[in-house]
Amino acid sequence: MSDRTVAALSRSLAQGEVSSVELTRDYLSRIARHNSVYNAYITVTEELALAQAAEADARRARGEHGPLTGVPIAHKDIFCTRDVLTTCASKMLGNFVSPYDATVVERLNAAGTVTLGKTNMDEFAMGSSNETSFFGAVRNPWDTDRVPGGSSGGSAAAVAADLCAIATGTDTGGSIRQPAAFCGVTGFKPSYGRISRWGMIAFASSLDQAGPICKSAEDAALMMNVIAGADPKDSTCVDAPVPDYTATLNDSLKGLRIGVPRQHLAEGLGKEVEQALQEALKVFESLGATVKEIDLPNNHLSVSAYYVVAPAEASANLSRFDGVRYGYRCENPVNLEDMYKRSRGEGFGAEVKRRIMVGTYALSAGYYDAYYLKAQRIRRLIKQDFDKAFAEVDVIIGPTTPHTAFKVGEKNDDPVTMYLEDIYTIGVNLAGLPGVSIPAGLSSTSGKRLPIGIQLVGSDFGEARLLNVAHQFQQHTDWHLQRPEV
Amino acid sequence: MVWETVIGLEVHVQLATKSKLFSGSSTTFGAAPNTQANIFDLAMPGTLPVLNAEALRMAVKFGLAIDAEIGRRSVFDRKNYFYPDLPKGYQVSQLEFPTVGKGQLEITLEDGSTRSIGITRAHMEEDAGKSLHEDFQGQSGIDLNRAGTPLLEIVSEPELRNAKEAVAYLKKLHSIIRYLGISDGNMAQGSMRCDANVSVRKKGATEFGTRTEIKNINSFRFVEKAILHEAQRQIDLIEDGGRVVQETRLYDADRDETRSMRSKEVANDYRYFPEPDLLPVVIDEVFIEAVCKELPELPDAKCARFVEQYTLSDYDAGVLSSSRALADYYEQVVGICGDAKLSANWVSVDLQAVLNKQDLEVEDSPISAERLGGLITRIKDQTISSKIAKTVFEAMLESAQSADEIIESQGLKQVTDTGAIEKLVDEVIAANPEQVEQYRAGKEKVFAFFIGQAMKVSRGKANPAQLNDLLREKLKG
Repeated sequence: MSDRTVAALSRSLAQGEVSSVELTRDYLSRIARHNSVYNAYITVTEELALAQAAEADARRARGEHGPLTGVPIAHKDIFCTRDVLTTCASKMLGNFVSPYDATVVERLNAAGTVTLGKTNMDEFAMGSSNETSFFGAVRNPWDTDRVPGGSSGGSAAAVAADLCAIATGTDTGGSIRQPAAFCGVTGFKPSYGRISRWGMIAFASSLDQAGPICKSAEDAALMMNVIAGADPKDSTCVDAPVPDYTATLNDSLKGLRIGVPRQHLAEGLGKEVEQALQEALKVFESLGATVKEIDLPNNHLSVSAYYVVAPAEASANLSRFDGVRYGYRCENPVNLEDMYKRSRGEGFGAEVKRRIMVGTYALSAGYYDAYYLKAQRIRRLIKQDFDKAFAEVDVIIGPTTPHTAFKVGEKNDDPVTMYLEDIYTIGVNLAGLPGVSIPAGLSSTSGKRLPIGIQLVGSDFGEARLLNVAHQFQQHTDWHLQRPEV
Repeated sequence: MVWETVIGLEVHVQLATKSKLFSGSSTTFGAAPNTQANIFDLAMPGTLPVLNAEALRMAVKFGLAIDAEIGRRSVFDRKNYFYPDLPKGYQVSQLEFPTVGKGQLEITLEDGSTRSIGITRAHMEEDAGKSLHEDFQGQSGIDLNRAGTPLLEIVSEPELRNAKEAVAYLKKLHSIIRYLGISDGNMAQGSMRCDANVSVRKKGATEFGTRTEIKNINSFRFVEKAILHEAQRQIDLIEDGGRVVQETRLYDADRDETRSMRSKEVANDYRYFPEPDLLPVVIDEVFIEAVCKELPELPDAKCARFVEQYTLSDYDAGVLSSSRALADYYEQVVGICGDAKLSANWVSVDLQAVLNKQDLEVEDSPISAERLGGLITRIKDQTISSKIAKTVFEAMLESAQSADEIIESQGLKQVTDTGAIEKLVDEVIAANPEQVEQYRAGKEKVFAFFIGQAMKVSRGKANPAQLNDLLREKLKG
């Protein structure tokens, strides 16, 4: 079986060509063979997977199944999974076994997915390269000298190397879309509030959003049908009707108005990425869409605003990791202050500490107005820019990242350059909009093939249209079918 | 030098919701440690708050009761600090946009005059857990049962001018929250806690002096004593050429003194910012009207009605309306016996004395309103005298019998039969010829002696008015 999309797997399972248990064993053996190279998984849940697979087969036999029943999935290790280690790729939670399931996990379990394990990530989702993980860097399956992107790098690498059929990710500033672009897979970030955050370990609460990482837009739609929708446990999750995201996948793109942000084509964008984008736009035009340039005049402020708001929220969100109730506690603390200082000092990695300090500083008396309040004002301006743009166009298309995947260690000493890699994705989080990265080319300048992603951004809760546009592109191109040699 | 004390109070009231402010855990007091803390209360990673609608309703109710501005859009904020009994490492509170804005409270002073005290705001926040420093061999135990219990922090303007006013304010607040049913206001159990900001200044000065904050005073009496002590300490300090340092002080009831806890100068920077896990709370007219309809008659309105409807004195009406339960008890008694004045005396004097002595709330009164009403009915219809009524009242404390049953079984019925009283009077006159002589010689005082003798013989049951008339007549000779 070469095309292991959900749609294809679901067909094979339905026709009895393969059972979920067989499929699961196959994935488990692939993980056993290849994970040591990619380091995509922190935890493999073999027993759980086989039990869920057997149950899925039983459900299929009883006719109680949906498209995801029996499909092997991997969860980013930021999602709480009951009775399973949930580390957030941190020493701080290196021993944390969650007593409960995240809503996303619960819904996917109920749909009959088979949990293969928990994927590696940047520590507490802070990073764009997956190098900040306490459990070591993840390698890009297209070129193991390169990073898979981050923070959902483990999930993107696992999908790209087919160490799982589908995976969950989270996106605070590009953490689904950027690794999807680097690994040549489809990564979908829904609107803020579309999916419950209950059980998703918080990085920046007003920006974090869960979403699918998979092999096609159609797979993303199938996952969205299961995980989207209101949750009484999350006050910020919106109680709006959830459409069937697969129902409109084949709608025509005739008359679709595409906007390309002038600012995204400016200085800093790699040649190959720009070329791939132009080719993709031609495809859309051939499908009946019109393309025009639009303005996002405040986009250049997005990275600065983000690196105030996100660390500020993170500085409070991570206060609970204090060594008192669970997680890492230092050896033999002499008193309370010593316990706090050493537990946190030893339990958190450098990037996490950096962001806690930045956030603490930004919220401090005397600096709050200059940093936090100003960043919130910029956030409103960025949202207004998008609102204005969406008055003229239906979807905004641009690059996901300025370049293809960089080398492991290449940007470690320069956090600001690393932060600027997220220049096209961060604004979308600040505005709370849905965005998807889809494969749109392969670069070969480095000697190895490296995926190029383009980003499609939709209006508030415009998930269905966005998936439709992405799916139509994939119906007329085969970039998403390209796989690295594993 | 004449000094003036300036006091502002911050009162934390625990709202009487069944579950916590942001989680479904129970709020019952006194459960075994950590049995009322779920994964949210323990700040497990990935958990999120959901606002308890009942707590919001209670806060709005309080706002309406003090005629305050209701925040149409209130915002929760995170107040950041590390402490083991604060599981999240931040407390969710309201800084800039509280649910309840400016309002006022009318207090009655000892001379009967009233003053209106401004309330700056009342905001919702979650309580912390408890650290237990004993019994753990040098370590501390943490009990998170209380963590997340809803609090309403009510902040007054610095408009109170002496300790007695502060107590009057606190008592009024206590009465209102109990009327509204939003808290049991139990200070000993900590469901009402008071911090006092105290400063002194020269009488007539317009600038405030440097204030200190006295923390966690847990009874009305201690509020008065702590403020008196702290004001005097500040006056002595200034008069000796020193200066007051802004700091937090703790009142030690055993020694009747305040002592320094920590200096505000090294206080935490709480790094408040809006809580991103909760949406702003938008309160509309419909919600406010609905809460308004639930408002009971409040102490001031009830007091005015008692004066008007039952022609009580301001004082009696004030005492009887001080608690909703007491007022309800009183009105039930009046409803049974039909005598407002007699009922007022019995409830506010006799019954209240018993309750005070036994340290009981009126809800737990050993004599129900039905029984007391029955007793007063018998005074009114002259079945017993007021004096005998005291005996019946005492007997009621010892049994569950009605007044009628006690009167019957102990034979306490008043004698109103003229023949019987006449016989009694004749006996007393015959037995005391010497006193009869004295009376007839003009010694009016001796009359009381005869009344006493007659009552003694009748064991108090003779109708006093009839006895009086007959004695006078017979003594004339």
